[in-house]
Amino acid sequence: MARVLIRSLNKFYDDVHAVKDVNLEIRDKEFVVLVGPSGCGKTTTLRMVAGLESISSGQVLIGETVVNELAPMDRDIAMVFQNYALYPHMSVYDNMAFGLKMRKVDRGDIRKRVYEAADILGIRDYLGRKPRQLSGGQRQRVALGRAIVRHPQVFLFDEPLSNLDAKLRVQMRVELKKLHNRLNTTAIYVTHDQVEAMTLGDRVVVMRGGLVQQVGEPLELYNTPVNRFVAGFIGSPAMNFASVQVTNGSAGLRAGNTGLAIDVPAEISSRLVPYAGRDVIMGVRPEDLEITNGSDPPGLCFEALVEVVERLGAEILLDLQVGEQTMVASVEPNVRAKRGDKLRFALRPERLHFFDTNSEAAI
Amino acid sequence: MIEGAKWRRWVYFYIPLGAFVFWLLFPFYWMLVTSVRPDRELYRPWMAPNYTPFWTDHPTLVHIMDLLTETLFARWMLNTLFIAIVSTLISLFCGIFAGYALSRLKFPFAGSLGTGIFITYLVPQTLLFIPLADIIRNFRLGDTPWALILTYPTFLIPFCTWLLMGYFKAIPRELEECARIDGATRWKAMVYIIIPIAIPGILSAGIFAFTLSWNEFIYALVFLSSAEQKTVSVGVTSELVRGDVFYWGQLMAGALLGSIPVAFIYSFFVEHYVAGLTGSVKG
Amino acid sequence: MAIIDAVGQRAFVQAPRRGAVTRLLEDERWLAVALLVPTVVLLALFIAYPFIQGVLLAVTDTKVGVPGRFVGLRNFIALWDDSIFRTAVWNTFVYTAVATVFKLALGLWLALLLNRHFKGKAFTRAFILLPFIIPTVLSTFAWKWMFDPTFSVINWTLFQLGLIHGRINWLGDPDLALISVIIVNVWRGVPFFAISLLAGLQTINPELQEAAAIDGARPWQRFWHVTWPLLLPVTMVVVLFSVIQTFADFQLVYVLTGGGPANATQLFATYAYQIGVGTGLLSQGAAISLAMFPFLLIVVVVQLLYIRRVEVH
Repeated sequence: MARVLIRSLNKFYDDVHAVKDVNLEIRDKEFVVLVGPSGCGKTTTLRMVAGLESISSGQVLIGETVVNELAPMDRDIAMVFQNYALYPHMSVYDNMAFGLKMRKVDRGDIRKRVYEAADILGIRDYLGRKPRQLSGGQRQRVALGRAIVRHPQVFLFDEPLSNLDAKLRVQMRVELKKLHNRLNTTAIYVTHDQVEAMTLGDRVVVMRGGLVQQVGEPLELYNTPVNRFVAGFIGSPAMNFASVQVTNGSAGLRAGNTGLAIDVPAEISSRLVPYAGRDVIMGVRPEDLEITNGSDPPGLCFEALVEVVERLGAEILLDLQVGEQTMVASVEPNVRAKRGDKLRFALRPERLHFFDTNSEAAI
Repeated sequence: MIEGAKWRRWVYFYIPLGAFVFWLLFPFYWMLVTSVRPDRELYRPWMAPNYTPFWTDHPTLVHIMDLLTETLFARWMLNTLFIAIVSTLISLFCGIFAGYALSRLKFPFAGSLGTGIFITYLVPQTLLFIPLADIIRNFRLGDTPWALILTYPTFLIPFCTWLLMGYFKAIPRELEECARIDGATRWKAMVYIIIPIAIPGILSAGIFAFTLSWNEFIYALVFLSSAEQKTVSVGVTSELVRGDVFYWGQLMAGALLGSIPVAFIYSFFVEHYVAGLTGSVKG
Repeated sequence: MAIIDAVGQRAFVQAPRRGAVTRLLEDERWLAVALLVPTVVLLALFIAYPFIQGVLLAVTDTKVGVPGRFVGLRNFIALWDDSIFRTAVWNTFVYTAVATVFKLALGLWLALLLNRHFKGKAFTRAFILLPFIIPTVLSTFAWKWMFDPTFSVINWTLFQLGLIHGRINWLGDPDLALISVIIVNVWRGVPFFAISLLAGLQTINPELQEAAAIDGARPWQRFWHVTWPLLLPVTMVVVLFSVIQTFADFQLVYVLTGGGPANATQLFATYAYQIGVGTGLLSQGAAISLAMFPFLLIVVVVQLLYIRRVEVH
């Protein structure tokens, strides 16, 4: 069983605590994505699993074996690097065969496995070429091929798509997903791109400042983020945040600031009661802001001034001025709006998020 | 190109450049002409009316023949070649390993060791030759090529190390990491991946080391005594001057022939030599 | 599918047993030790050890075949009183300073000339390095022949051009000898400076020059304000190497004049050779060699500090 267990993992660089007490279980055949801004510790964690960084404290288990002291070559893993790391002085074939040669695999077997992997990735025609003769996308495939031929227990990916142009990235994302379905091998994937995380991961781990913020399936992170950071990190365009004060109104709790004032929906009220009289952070995603047609309860509506209209074709992004803050709304492409318009938006109660101002945890 | 009138081009560019080239290359031409000039023309004072410096009407190979048959010149060439090749190989061997260790491995005192090696490069041979002569004698290496083969690396290794460090540093860390994940030990990753990629640098260092060995003088002068052991530079200096008489024809022939191996190798690897030169300076 | 089958077969990570040496060399620190040992041994044996021996020699009164007794700093004090030694010190400084200035100026000029595109550029660049490539002793002999008072082609040329009326004894005239030696040193060093500075020039973005030209700067101003500051780091390193080599120079003077006439071209190295090897006074020779060290150290340290300062900027 090729599961990876990370127990209380810590990494110190002199005084810098780069990875703080990370606990993760990556199940057999699962595709887990570590995502977060640069410096969050995701790459360091990956490298500790690979054996490229020493472990300050904690354990990494692959299968049932504690691999802390094992050299990278003994962990039965394969890694795909951001810069592909193809050996420039060797042909594609030799690049892919290198690991097998190091493990003294028989020549005939090597050929079989290399051809197999080359066929899967569609690079059979390039086997004789040198890396410098290949395009970025082709090099990425060779890097993948080199990892595949090894038949490792675990695949590790370190931002493999970051060096590709946007269009190629989208294409490769799909191919990677198909590849994983086909190979059915445990994989740990590191990226800073939340779109990649959402589309590729069976489960996603959001990290920040060395700490794990949340672990869960992509939609879980989208719908029920545990703190403001995860809420703002997942989803594009990012969630709108507004600092509002919770007050006691005539018909229940109200939340508002200079730009908007709404009735707190019944289902959330109980959670916000302790915050009466204080400020909280309200969050709502751009796609959850709708232009009201009049039938929405007025307690959940607010006015906004359109500042910029961005027409993307499939949707329109409206940059709004709401009181003293700005918000972004994502609306249907047939909406007619122009700069300077005053529009009325409705909030849906089940799509509202609230966060504690100090701890930033979800309320 | 220089903009402007044609005369400006000539004054500011062609003439100065031409003057430089002439000045830098003339002595070699002189070497060549003297080598093939018969003695009676050679020893004509410059004040004499029929002094024809720049060419000769009766070129002769007699000086070269005499050089090869009457002196141990051929032997000196072989000695120098042997010493230069072996010293270069030793220095490359040490320099590659040291350069790799200093540029790609983390270990205590790495910085001080690097500085230490750099400092030894700054210690000139003329500072060490007297005590070193004694040490060579004590090791019973005096008057053998090994005296030089073991001492030349002292100034070749620091240079090779420094040069190769530059090349090694430019190789991405991921290549080694990938190799180690693929199944290579650190040693194998170094030998199969890093060193092959650094071959242009190794070539540059090797050629530079070769020319530096060929050029060395004071150690060869002091450590070697018998005529058969001498290198070209020392042989030409000590054996081609008998009494107070300089045999200029043979001397120049010797100078010319002694320069050929180095010039030959240089001509094939100009780019590498220049890369080595500029690499060491840009550090 | 073969790959899926293969993956399904293995149930756990196997850690193969490895030999002790292999395991040891996997550790970064031990690998570094193994790789550095040959170098450290060679350098310790043939640089550190002789250096210490040199110091020990210099504080005794050893002669060839006669072991010496400890005499403290007597040799050095004697040197201080030795007029030839003082001349040698003076000569060495003048030799180094003048030669370096000229090598830098001419090398820079040549580098600027070579920085343009012209037919045969690669060829020219390759050929002008010859003075630096060819063994010093051999090319110096060519100069010695060119300087010979009776047969000098230089004298002939100058005479033909009407610039002189009698013979010039380049190497035999005490007033001219040092100048002649400097000329040969400069001849040998200009290519090194030129090629190194050329490489430095080529790393300077031409857009900077163009921007300056558009701003109205004249060629000399452009050079002084844009090119020169950017070239300074490379220049300082080249000068450092050159100064060390020139200060400790031996071959050139040995071949051309042997230190004469009347010690007009005597340098540290040639004097050390003359005393230590020529007359067999090993301790005194060692003392002269070692006397080079403090001066060299000061020169090197000053330049390294200057380089550090330039790099910080």
